[in-house]
Amino acid sequence: MLASAVLSFVIAFLAGFGRIAKNPIIRKFTGFYIEVFRGTSLIVQLFWFYYALPGLFGIDLGTDFWAAVVAISMNYGAYMSEVVRGSILSVSSGQREAATALNMSRFQRMRLVILPQAVRMMLPEFGNYLIQMLKATSLVSLIGLTDILYHGDIFRSTNLSLAPTVYLLILVFYFILALPLIWLTRWAEKQSSKGVATE
Amino acid sequence: MAEPIVRYKDVHKSFGDVQVLKGIDLDIAPAEKIALIGPSGSGKTTIIRMLMTLEEPTSGVIEVDGRPLWHMEKEGELVPANEKHLREVRGDIGMVFQHFNLFPHMTILDNCMVAPVHVKGESKEEAKQRSIEMLEKVGLGDKLDNYPSQLSGGQKQRVAMARALVMRPKVMLFDEVTSALDPELVGEVLEVIRDIAQEGEMAMILVTHEMEFARDIADRVLFLDEGTIAEQGSPEEVLENSKSERLQSFLSRFRSSSPS
Ligand SMILES: Nc1ncnc2c1ncn2[C@@H]1O[C@H](COP(=O)(O)OP(=O)(O)OP(=O)(O)O)[C@@H](O)[C@H]1O
Ligand SMILES: [Mg+2]
Repeated sequence: MLASAVLSFVIAFLAGFGRIAKNPIIRKFTGFYIEVFRGTSLIVQLFWFYYALPGLFGIDLGTDFWAAVVAISMNYGAYMSEVVRGSILSVSSGQREAATALNMSRFQRMRLVILPQAVRMMLPEFGNYLIQMLKATSLVSLIGLTDILYHGDIFRSTNLSLAPTVYLLILVFYFILALPLIWLTRWAEKQSSKGVATE
Repeated sequence: MAEPIVRYKDVHKSFGDVQVLKGIDLDIAPAEKIALIGPSGSGKTTIIRMLMTLEEPTSGVIEVDGRPLWHMEKEGELVPANEKHLREVRGDIGMVFQHFNLFPHMTILDNCMVAPVHVKGESKEEAKQRSIEMLEKVGLGDKLDNYPSQLSGGQKQRVAMARALVMRPKVMLFDEVTSALDPELVGEVLEVIRDIAQEGEMAMILVTHEMEFARDIADRVLFLDEGTIAEQGSPEEVLENSKSERLQSFLSRFRSSSPS
């Protein structure tokens, strides 16, 4: 979960910047990646990374764990890159112009003026995606990774009578895991409404 | 006239099929104060945005302190400027915008300090000290740690001026800097501009609809109409003894409605 979160952030920023790059080849390439990963479902992608890639191309991502991490990151990275792109573009042109008038370089404009404002807009949405990502880890059990649900299933099949309790426990467990993320999102929303409000 | 600090040579600008500027020739002396007036859509903003490198001329040459702004020399020929050249020449120009464009995520002090530190490479202490002095000069020494959203429009515009001034430009551009303000806040901003103008050493181009103010501080008034400089001269010549009917009718709109 943590690994996919970090990796998907990295991918989101890379792809988000790629989409607004000056170079048309980079733009096309990242556009293609985003379309593919948003256009197919995560389950399909998980199976691909787990079964098809090693089988068809001999690419083996090592452990099941890494197959899952890469699939989830690529999937969420695609969605989140659109958030990155949208937030950057939504910073008003007046901000860019004021930075230019102060003779900032292209890089300084992005780092000092545009990104700090864009990130505040991204935070709440990123929070939502993090929560979803947490839920997505349950999908991973489909390809055999020892995930919470999977453990739950094993436990349940050995103690049939306890089944409803186990499912309830799993629910509670996920909720407890998600709770800090929900708080984080709330906090991020508050942060974002602070500085960005009408100038 | 001494060597001009800014020179427009037959500058044209079109947006798509629409020709907005149809050949601007203009020399501005160091320290000269110019008021640019004209009807809405006549291209006033476009003229100064090209000097700030926010809009590229369609043809013609703009020079700053003898150097072409949008072109650079390469193997004896003038070629379009790259980012590095633009940054070199642009350093002489500063601009204040109609809608302030302060950075909302920074305090007032940081708004002023950010460019001296990152663009000019000044030490934080030096930039901070100069920024505080400048903010005190525009009457905002007590707001250093406030954010822009906590200020009135007039205060914001004064911060914007301090932010531009700490960069020590040789030419300052003002694009209708009071037109987004409540009427009772206009005075405090004009007062600051007047102070800056009196200090003298900087050239200034003011796009303005404040005719009284233009008369007070301008050395020269330009009337822009249909993409050309239709009339120019001292404030008396242009504002009181205007030659063309178009300028007279343009000015009459302000007389009837300006009490101050
Ligand atoms: N980025 C742009 N794209 C297309 N047309 C533009 C653009 N900027 C300006 N124009 C057009 O160019 C003409 C001149 O605009 P400009 O803003 O320079 O006029 P102005 O004299 O400053 O007017 P105002 O007094 O209303 O500010 C207008 O007709 C405007 O619609
Ligand atoms: Mg204008």
